[in-house]
Amino acid sequence: MLELQQVSHKIAGETYIDNISLKLERGALTVLLGPTLAGKTSLMRLMAGLDKPDSGDILFDHKSVLGVPVQKRNIAMVYQQFINYPTLTVYDNIASPLVVVGVKREEIGRRVAEIATLLQLTPLLQRKPAALSGGQQQRVALARALIKRADLVLLDEPLANLDYKLREELRAELPRLFAHMGAVLVYATTEPTEALILGGNTVCMHAGRAVEVGPTMDLYRRPAGLLAARLFSDPPLNTVAVTGSAGNFSFHQALPAFRLGHNVSLSGDFTFSVRPHNLQTEKPASNAIALPATVAVTELSGSESYVHFDFCGQAWVALLHGIREFARDEQVQFWVQPEHVMLFDANQQRIALAAN
Amino acid sequence: MNTSRRMQYLKAVSVSAYIVFLLLPIYWLLNMSFKNNQEILSTFTLWPTDFTLDNYITIFTDPSWYSGYINSLIYVLMNTVIAVSVALPAAYAFSRYRFVGDKHLFFWLLTNRMAPPAVFVLPFFQLYSAFGLIDTHIAVALAHCLFNVPLAVWILEGFMSGVPREIDETAYIDGYSFPRFFLRIFTSLISSGIGVAAFFCFMFSWVELLIARTLTVTDAKPISAVMTRTVSASGLDWGVLAAAGILTIIPGALVIYFVRNHIAKGFALGRV
Repeated sequence: MLELQQVSHKIAGETYIDNISLKLERGALTVLLGPTLAGKTSLMRLMAGLDKPDSGDILFDHKSVLGVPVQKRNIAMVYQQFINYPTLTVYDNIASPLVVVGVKREEIGRRVAEIATLLQLTPLLQRKPAALSGGQQQRVALARALIKRADLVLLDEPLANLDYKLREELRAELPRLFAHMGAVLVYATTEPTEALILGGNTVCMHAGRAVEVGPTMDLYRRPAGLLAARLFSDPPLNTVAVTGSAGNFSFHQALPAFRLGHNVSLSGDFTFSVRPHNLQTEKPASNAIALPATVAVTELSGSESYVHFDFCGQAWVALLHGIREFARDEQVQFWVQPEHVMLFDANQQRIALAAN
Repeated sequence: MNTSRRMQYLKAVSVSAYIVFLLLPIYWLLNMSFKNNQEILSTFTLWPTDFTLDNYITIFTDPSWYSGYINSLIYVLMNTVIAVSVALPAAYAFSRYRFVGDKHLFFWLLTNRMAPPAVFVLPFFQLYSAFGLIDTHIAVALAHCLFNVPLAVWILEGFMSGVPREIDETAYIDGYSFPRFFLRIFTSLISSGIGVAAFFCFMFSWVELLIARTLTVTDAKPISAVMTRTVSASGLDWGVLAAAGILTIIPGALVIYFVRNHIAKGFALGRV
């Protein structure tokens, strides 16, 4: 078990990691989700021991590892850039963690063959990394991480530089590959979809802080704050200010008031937010909320349409199924069901509504 | 059509002229080295009319000549090995770590090359006499380090900074200790840089005359010094001098041949 206790890290006066406490279990996958510069890589470097935190403690199996050098920690790390030893063959690359600790040659040969079969690298073992495609290079890096049987495996956006098809393939394989190892597995990504597919637990990171921690699906469905809700939305979350008066909400004086369930009787100013895929153009139910919009632009991606529109002065986007084309400045009525609405208070905390 | 053909013609002529002018002195040296003194001094001939290898035979049989080459090679190789092996860790530090005054120190190293060697002749002579090192190979090798170490650091730093830091980290994570990583992984990654740095050290040390001559008397006398002392009672021996010149060019040309591809890489990094 890896435990971080109030870890903070500054580089040249700038805070990269701000007071993070986490507990990561063996055999479980933890996703670090956050935009670039959120501190995902910095946190991984601290976990690996490549950097030392300015304050706080890092424990592995209840023992502090702050004084233990990287070489002695039995960890494995895969970077976003495909990092291999360019002068060694694929075989020697994969074997290198075992060679260093002096494993017998037959044993190395056996284990390399096993891993190479698993990652479909067998025909490439005698090549140099530069003669491989990006996906193959990253598989070599993964193989080197796998062969070591490390206690802590850090994957820093390992699929970000791969093309779409390979990413899908490897993403499905990864959890399976590492599942039986019983290691603490950490996976950093900027993509919410990737986090959702991988499952496990997610740490939502923003500006060096761990904003929310919990099972990935729970965080997606019921984020506690607006930040996590935004992180888990791709395309971006739609938000607009809304005023409530004893359960009667209105966006704007010119628009009709609406309710968010019978027993919701809130008053005050709130942030009303809807995920793009929850917007519809047909009225789905009698209690659906009408959102009159002016279309800005429509993007088609084969089976889906992204409609960018203006709603109460905010730039919103709707993700609709099928090919739906709207003219610029066309007036369209979008609908959302109350149970798909997330309401946040002035402190950006989500208010639990009976409807969801 | 007509203009483009004329352009091509012009190009061919100018390039040929350039090459002829570049090679003419070297050809003339080669030409002279196969003539005897009488032909050199009395007539103007474009190629040796009386072809002879006597000049070369003199150099390879007379110990006062060939020992000059041996001495030069000994201190040049010593210098190259010392300069590169000292520069490797220094360049690694400049490339990978930030410390107080690192940029100033790096620049200061380079300024050593801005002073002409003549400036250092007197202090070197005094120092090396005090330690009884005059007329030894190591004296010249060490003296040349003053110029070659900064250059080697500068070249190697460029090559090392071209290697992503993640490779170092991956090696530590894999369990490599620093020395093992440096020798097994890192040096092979920057082998081009080592080749180029060694080449420049070799060339500087090989052609440097002033310091080499001042610090040596007889036992470690370099070839360039031997060549300046060929005035004998019978006057200058032109043919032998020309042959010695040709033999001096050969090691440099050989080294250039072996590192030519690496030097192109160095140019790409802006460090040559």
